[in-house]
Amino acid sequence: MKIRALLAAATAGVLSLGLAACGGEEEPSTGPVSLRMTVWSSNEAHLKLFNEIADAYKAKNPRVTEIKFDPIPFESYTTTLTTQIAGGNGPDLAWLLENSAPDFVNSGALVPLDDTLGKAEGYNAADLSTSATKLWKADGKLFAYPFSTSPFGVFVNTDMVKAAGQQTPAELIAANQWTWEKAVAVAAASSAKSGKSGLVVRDFDYKGWDNLSTVWAGWGAEAWTADGKGCGFDQQPMVDAMTFLHKAIFTDKALPGPGTTADFFAGEAAMTITQISRASLLKEAKFGWDLVPLPTGPKGEYSVIGQAGLGALKKGKNADVAADFLAFFTNPGNSAKLAAYFPPPRTSLLTAETLAKTNPLLKPEQLQQVVIDGISTGIVKPSHTGQAEIAQAVRAALDPLWKPDADVKTVLGGVCSAINPLLAK
Amino acid sequence: MSTRFWTGSRRDTLAGYLFIAPQLLGSLLFVFVPLGLVFWYSLHEWNVLADTFTFVGGENYQALADDPKLADALVATGFFSAGLVVLNLSLALLLAVLLNQRLRGTVFFRTVFFSPVVVSLVAWTIVWNFLLQDNGGINGLLETVGVDGPNWLRGEGTAMIAVIVVQVVKNVGLNMVLFLAALQGVPANLYEAATVDGASRRRQFLSITVPMISPTILLTSIITVVGSLQVFAQIAVLTQGGPGTSTTVLVYYLYQQAFQFHHFGYGATLSVLLFVIVLLLTLVQWRMRRKWVFHES
Repeated sequence: MKIRALLAAATAGVLSLGLAACGGEEEPSTGPVSLRMTVWSSNEAHLKLFNEIADAYKAKNPRVTEIKFDPIPFESYTTTLTTQIAGGNGPDLAWLLENSAPDFVNSGALVPLDDTLGKAEGYNAADLSTSATKLWKADGKLFAYPFSTSPFGVFVNTDMVKAAGQQTPAELIAANQWTWEKAVAVAAASSAKSGKSGLVVRDFDYKGWDNLSTVWAGWGAEAWTADGKGCGFDQQPMVDAMTFLHKAIFTDKALPGPGTTADFFAGEAAMTITQISRASLLKEAKFGWDLVPLPTGPKGEYSVIGQAGLGALKKGKNADVAADFLAFFTNPGNSAKLAAYFPPPRTSLLTAETLAKTNPLLKPEQLQQVVIDGISTGIVKPSHTGQAEIAQAVRAALDPLWKPDADVKTVLGGVCSAINPLLAK
Repeated sequence: MSTRFWTGSRRDTLAGYLFIAPQLLGSLLFVFVPLGLVFWYSLHEWNVLADTFTFVGGENYQALADDPKLADALVATGFFSAGLVVLNLSLALLLAVLLNQRLRGTVFFRTVFFSPVVVSLVAWTIVWNFLLQDNGGINGLLETVGVDGPNWLRGEGTAMIAVIVVQVVKNVGLNMVLFLAALQGVPANLYEAATVDGASRRRQFLSITVPMISPTILLTSIITVVGSLQVFAQIAVLTQGGPGTSTTVLVYYLYQQAFQFHHFGYGATLSVLLFVIVLLLTLVQWRMRRKWVFHES
């Protein structure tokens, strides 16, 4: 009899374990609420600011007892996030990368924000720049707030450029000669003189090809057409851009070749193309540096922006509270604070004066040229529904290009053959 | 009543079950339940973001049969496994035979070859990732002897070789130690008798050593084959499946499908395939032991 009781207890135990594991779908509770938001920054200053905003929110909303910011490494961010969601352990709010924006926005995973933002006191949703919110909308509804709209610029190690006897990019801009041809020449000369790398397209490393859009946009090239259906890789502008890039890498040696790592911020390269938010890495730089806009391409001036959104997940237990916190987190007052690190989508905050206060490392003309002008005219990096699969197919098909004797046109034709079925999905 | 129920043997039985209960519960919760779930998921189309989980029957298995990329993944897996098993086992056996001599310094060399086994796999691979760069340590070393080394991780042919070698150097010590233990279990009088009969060293190795350590060869080959089919971290750190798809082995392809492309149902189907392959290979090896394991205690 005792053994039966034991068995019954054990069975109950196992069952309750199972039930606990299934307990994702609960009714919205009225009890204390704790929120979790995944981010890819573990920068102490960022987290301190987030916690301050969260504390202010908790003070106003006693029901919310905890708001936790959960950093996930950038490299595996989207993968980790979706795995958490798949495991029934998704966060209430999440930062979203632009390359996963179409997937998240179109899937119905996020809470539509228009009503919440519209109702929030003093929110002024009309202040949000339409070019910044475009990527985060579906069927006219906003699904995520583009908390960071960060243009790409060129950071220059002026010491290295001067040592090679070259004109600095700032001088070239003044002479109206800051073109891709010149940029590559300066990079090649600086690299030859210093024995270090010339121009590094940061985070490309012959894998993250979407970062090359900061180059090819100067030729008017695009990875795919705006409707996402047509492949752009085999079009003439892309062939021209990639031919130029291939020559710059393998003939001019202006860019480090495949398998060579060089970190601009550690003084290993003369120039790098990256987002301005990386300026903080230069706080203790031991070399002279400058930040300039991207060089002009055959199609003239252009700029490219990288974006990050903040969304509330529908599956969360307290999705309504999460959306409400999102509205608080991004209201005009908090947006101004966040602008210290993340260029805001609010047009009222996009002035050189406001940004200068919070970006002490950058000069007003750098902010005006690169940030403000960049955001108003910027093209967003390529993104598409099912981006991860397309990105992988492009990476694999582009690999043959990164050899000295590659036939650019044939390789690019191969990229289109590889991704056409995926684009058509 | 209870005193009569709890006889000595019943107490022992209960104690026995209680002793194995943690292990059994662990296996049940973390091996058999997930195994069943994976099969269940493979019958579904699971879109994590849209939160849909639809029964599709055998559709994922049909997709598996029609998947043009699967063949590439299987070829890459086969190439990796074959390369790894051959290189690992022959090198491990060679090292074990060499270090089984009564010579000075054998303990030192045993330690040297075994130490990579205890290093964290990811740390090990990251260091090798630096060494194998075009401007990395390996090519720097080659340059000193006048050789212009290839761009290891970027060449279609060299990338896979590089991954195999990194893995062999990491794990060869484990097999070496197993072989050493086996070699030391071979009775010395067999060799003495063979020497008296005039058998050469080569003959002794083939006719005495190999048969006597054949159970260990079987064991190490099963461990190595199964391990090779599960290679993931090395690929993820060193090549991410490239260049092209030349190092996209089955597990990495599975990871891409499930966790990067969000095709969880199809990913589960691929893991069922992996399970079947591992099971079949293990069964084949196990059955082959009758043929080539001469000595089994």
